[in-house]
Order: sequence, then structure tokens, then C-alpha cells
Amino acid sequence: MKYIDEFRDGAAARGLANRIAAQAEPQRHYNLMEFCGGHTHAIYRYGVSDLLPGNVNMVHGPGCPVCVLPVGRLDMALTLAGFDGITLCTYGDMLRVPGSKDQSLIKAKSAGADIRMVYSATDALRLAREQPEREVVFFAIGFETTTPPTAVAIKAAEESGLDNFSVFCNHVLTPAAIANILESPDVRDLGTVPIDGFLGPAHVSVVIGSQPYEFFAREYEKPVVISGFEPLDVMQSILMLIRQLNEGRAEVENQYIRAVSRDGNAKAKRLVADVFELRRQFEWRGLGVVPYSALRIKQRYTKFDAERRFALSYVPASENKACECGAILRGVLKPTDCKLFGTACTPESPMGSCMVSSEGACAAYYSYGRYQDSAETA
Amino acid sequence: MSAPPARRARRWGRPLDTKRGVVELSHGSGGRAMAQLIDQLFAEAFANPWLAQGNDQACMELPPGRVALSTDSYVISPLFFPGGDIGSLAVHGTINDVAMSGARPLHLSAGFIIEAGFRLADLTRIVGSMAAAATAAGVSIVTGDTKVVERGKGDGVFINTSGIGVIPAGLELSGDRARPGDRILLNGSIGDHGVAVMSTRSGLDFEVSVRSDSAALNGLVEAMVTAVPEIRCLRDPTRGGLATTLNEIARQSGVGMAVEEPEIPVKPEVSAVCELLGLDPLYVANEGKLIAVCPADRAARLLEVMRGHPLGKSAAVIGEVDADPHGFVRMRTGLGGQRVVDWLSGEQLPRIC
Repeated sequence: MKYIDEFRDGAAARGLANRIAAQAEPQRHYNLMEFCGGHTHAIYRYGVSDLLPGNVNMVHGPGCPVCVLPVGRLDMALTLAGFDGITLCTYGDMLRVPGSKDQSLIKAKSAGADIRMVYSATDALRLAREQPEREVVFFAIGFETTTPPTAVAIKAAEESGLDNFSVFCNHVLTPAAIANILESPDVRDLGTVPIDGFLGPAHVSVVIGSQPYEFFAREYEKPVVISGFEPLDVMQSILMLIRQLNEGRAEVENQYIRAVSRDGNAKAKRLVADVFELRRQFEWRGLGVVPYSALRIKQRYTKFDAERRFALSYVPASENKACECGAILRGVLKPTDCKLFGTACTPESPMGSCMVSSEGACAAYYSYGRYQDSAETA
Repeated sequence: MSAPPARRARRWGRPLDTKRGVVELSHGSGGRAMAQLIDQLFAEAFANPWLAQGNDQACMELPPGRVALSTDSYVISPLFFPGGDIGSLAVHGTINDVAMSGARPLHLSAGFIIEAGFRLADLTRIVGSMAAAATAAGVSIVTGDTKVVERGKGDGVFINTSGIGVIPAGLELSGDRARPGDRILLNGSIGDHGVAVMSTRSGLDFEVSVRSDSAALNGLVEAMVTAVPEIRCLRDPTRGGLATTLNEIARQSGVGMAVEEPEIPVKPEVSAVCELLGLDPLYVANEGKLIAVCPADRAARLLEVMRGHPLGKSAAVIGEVDADPHGFVRMRTGLGGQRVVDWLSGEQLPRIC
């Protein structure tokens, strides 16, 4: 596969691995947080960790949109799906995320709710056109990457006068989450989570650019390297972070130059600014309530806002007490530190959201990383 | 039953309208309409002496040896896809399940559950494709059943086939026989069937040239077990793909496995579609592939025999069995790292076969 295989090449990986090993100072520990689930997935799926020296430790971040959605928001989706006449369109990953009372969208679907799996907001829009007698609601989740397509769908619905389409908006913002992690007592005061630098988001940065990270690098003195999602991207970014740390620099560098510019995609940013506005606060699984960390639909497009259209209100819901998703999302614990991991909680019967999405740290470790258990016990 | 079509049609007064007609509830009621459907459509297409007995069962002598019996139901959507249809799939799938024991498949049964209103033209096409697939594989469809359900209570047609075959003396193939050190072989590229079917699904608008690999593997199996009777086990990686089937064998045998990603053939088109849809070809369904486990010292000979058969031209040794205490299937990635190849979790794509 052209333009993909080049970024998964074994010989190039060995070359990078040698350079990382040469660059990493043996007496030093490098704790690098990969922000995105896309990075976590690539690290496990391609076995990147096996090519890193023992003193380079990857800490998994909260950048998995499915994982960070709190139970209360999922409960709202379940409420919506339960209304007569509603077709709820969702990305496939959301189907198995556990909500309150052991409910999930897939269970609701089996019980008769009209829940459809879609690949994009545009699919949901098409469904609305095809079945004018039903209320079609798109369950919008994701970081800055998936927000512009949702904006496009809302604008298209307005332009064509579609009045049976709305969006249950759960779009969240990356910079707010990074700031929250850096400000958290675990990182700032207690030092229990050593984070020396960040692998910055790939697709998110295509939209927002590299500029928004400059503040973190300066203010918190942590280097950020924006990294593509292919395994060689990840390895090259790790090398760049190690160099910065060795040289005592804390800058924003861009490894993903084939897609990311400093200013991002101006057109996409305009679209988003036109349709969405900041929420005063939003609850994240793992991070808690984070101020100005999510978007809602502007008043002007209010009829496309499912929350207002169906008078939904947010009720925080508690998670399974034994589930450590929250701490795992903050990088405080590893998946294997959770008592439920691999026993009560598996991809077949997930107890927490990190075990659902393939970008979730638990699912990635369970599906790809467990050979390390064999290596330890053999 | 071996009457020529013209006389066959006259027997029923008005012939079946296989161009514009549709299946009606009466076609499954046990009366004259059903008898006509069976006679004019099924018996004509599947013509063989056992079916011609016209009884509720086919009676036959089997060659000596252990008998292998398997059954499978086919609910694939859409019914017609690049490289096959539900009919050829229902024949190939069950032949393959029987053949994976090392058996020579001999006879099939075919049960149809048809939704009222289903076009007779489509049914004729499906039955014709079953007949052609069975003939090509040297297998007879010797008994059958037809049920018709109300409109809205089915989805066109569902087909169940059962197959029976006889295992040549001296063969002992079973999923619990893999031993550390054994080699794992695969007869060709993975994911073709799943991607071909996916490309036809509504909502996934892309055109690909990938055709389903749906094929009867009994000829290949016969060549393999004749040349290397020491084969420990054969299995066809259908639903759940290569990954799931390797895990099944590992669990049954109480062993681990180590496979090499670069050795597993995947067509570039299949890789591309999987990349776009976020799928892993290791989990995508196949309908003309088999995994063979054999002792290490027989692997070279087995590979040679497989590559000499039209359905094994791109066969490869993809890995080996080991004694991993966790029973993991591990893979060395193209990048040079390792990962677990786990069971498929959830449903990657419903109604793929």
C-alpha cells in the first residue's frame, strides 16, 4: 500500500531504534506521554515498545474520545434512543460502552431501539433525508478532528431545510485536557506521574495547528513533538523528544510536517467557530469537570441541538468503583494495575470505556500487548 | 426425475414463471405448488440418482472409513457479491468444513428458508450456482427441504447445508493435535471474502476489484493429505478470520503460536480497504482459505504440494507452534516488534456468510 507501507518499514524502524538507543542517556529516565489513542494503538499494534530502550517509558494519555466520555453523557444518549420515533446514529465504538445500570447502546438496540452505526455525520444526514418521518439524531463525539464534519452536517441540514435532524454534541478540546493533566496534583505537586514530554496529537493538529501547544511548552517547560499515527512517525517523534530533553529544550516541534502546519486548517476552524461555542464546563471521565473543555451548538443553530430539542439534562452518574479508567486516562495507573483488567473487564464484556475502543489503553494492551506477560513468566 | 425439462414442465400444467414469478407461501406448504417448485427447480438443477429416488431421505452406500458430518447455515447479505453468491457459498462452506477433517466430501443436503415474494429468477440463479459449485467439487446434493415464511419474516433466502464425507484410513486430523515446534501454513491471501462483501454493502460506497475467495478446498486437501498424511490439523479461517482460527487451535491444543506478519499474504486492495475502514485483515472472513499445522520436518513438502495446486499458489509458512504458558498467539510485526493476536471481540461485520 503506497504511502502507508513506507511508514511501517522494518528496516527504517531498526535504524530509528538504533538512533534512539544511541541518543538516550543510560542513567536517565524518559517518561513520554503519548496524548492520543491513535498513538497508543500504533505503539501496541506494531510493537513499538519492543524497539525502545528500557529507560524510555511511554505513558498513555487521555486522547481517546470514546474513553473520556462520562457515563452521564452516555446515559443521555440512551435516554434519546429510548424515545419513540428517534433514530440514533452513532460511531460503532460507542455501541459497547457501558452506561449506568449495566446498559449500553448495543443492549438498547437488541431490545428494539432504533440505533444505527454510521461512519460519519454525513451518513446520519442521509438517513434523515431518507426517512423524513423519523427524528434522526447524530451522537457526535470526538476531539477537534471530528468537529468540522459535524459542523458541515449541521450547516447542510440548515441549508436544505431539513427539520428532522439534530446533533447530540459531545465534542471536546485537546488543549484544555493537556492543561488539566499538567495542572493535576499527580503531575504538578506529587510528582507521582513523571511526564517529561508529550507526543502531540496528529489529526487534531491538522485542524488546530501546532501553535496552541506553544503555551504548554513555555509555561510548563515540557517539550511537545506533534507526531503522526504511523509507527515510524511515533519512533521519530520519540527520538526528537529525547534530543530536546538531552539538550534542555522545551519547544513545540512538528514531526508530522506532511499534514500539520503552525496555523492549522483555517477553513475548518472558521466552520467550527461558526457553529459551535465553548461550554463553560464539561465532565471528562478520568479528568473530572474541566472548564472550557468542550463545545456546544450555538443558539443560532439551536434547532439542530438535540439537548435542547429534546430537553435533555445532564445528570452525573457514578462509575463502577473498582474500574480504574480514570486513573489510567491520567497516566497515573497502567491497565494491568486495575483489578478488573482481563478478569471481570475484557473487550467482550467491558466494565470501563478504556476496554471498549481500540484506542483505549486497556483494549490496546489486552488485544496486542499481553505477550509481555508471557515474556515475564516464561 | 430425470425427465427432460419440457416433459417435466408439462407434468405440472403451467410451468413455473422463473422470469417474473415470485415465491409464494404455497411453495412451502407441502402441496402441489411445492412439489412443482422442487421438481422443476431443485431436482432439475441438482439431478442425481439419490434425489431421483424421490423419498424424504437419500439412501446411500458409503466407502469404508470414518464418516465426517458437518452443517452450516448461510445468511449472507447481500445474496450476490463479487466472486459468488449465497448458493455457491453454501456449497463451498460445508464442503470445506467436511474436508478439514481430511475427509473426501461426498454428499450434501440443502434446506431453504425463503421469504414470500422472493423472485423466482433470483432463486433459480442461486440454485444454478449451487449445482455448478457442487458439480465442480464432485459432490452431489442428495436431499433437501423448502420452507416459505411470510414477507418481512425472513430476508430473501437463508440456506442450510449439511455435508457428509469419508476419511481415508490413516488420517487423524484434529484441532487438539498441534505440538510445539510444528509449522503453520496458509494457502493464500487473507480477507478477500470479507472485503468483497463489504464493498457491496450500502453506505460503504467504494469500488474495489476484490472478489470473494469462495472456493471448494476438497481438491487441495486431498492433495495435501495424500502427500503429507502426518498433517496434525486443518481448519478454514472463515468468520473471525485467521486470528480467531489460530486462537481456536491454540486453545484446543493447549499451545501458543508465533506468527510472522510479513509472511501472511494480504492483497494490496484488501489492505487499502481495511486501512480505510479501520479493520485488521487478520480478522476479516475468508471462504477459500485453510490453515494447516504439520510437523516441522514435513513443512517443506507440504508447502510444495500446496503451491502446486491452483488454490494454493501463494501458500506460505506463516509461523510455528510453541509452548507459551498463556496460550497466546503472538506475532512479530513487520516493524520488528511483537504483539498478541487475540480472538475477535464483538462483531466485525454481521452476516458475512
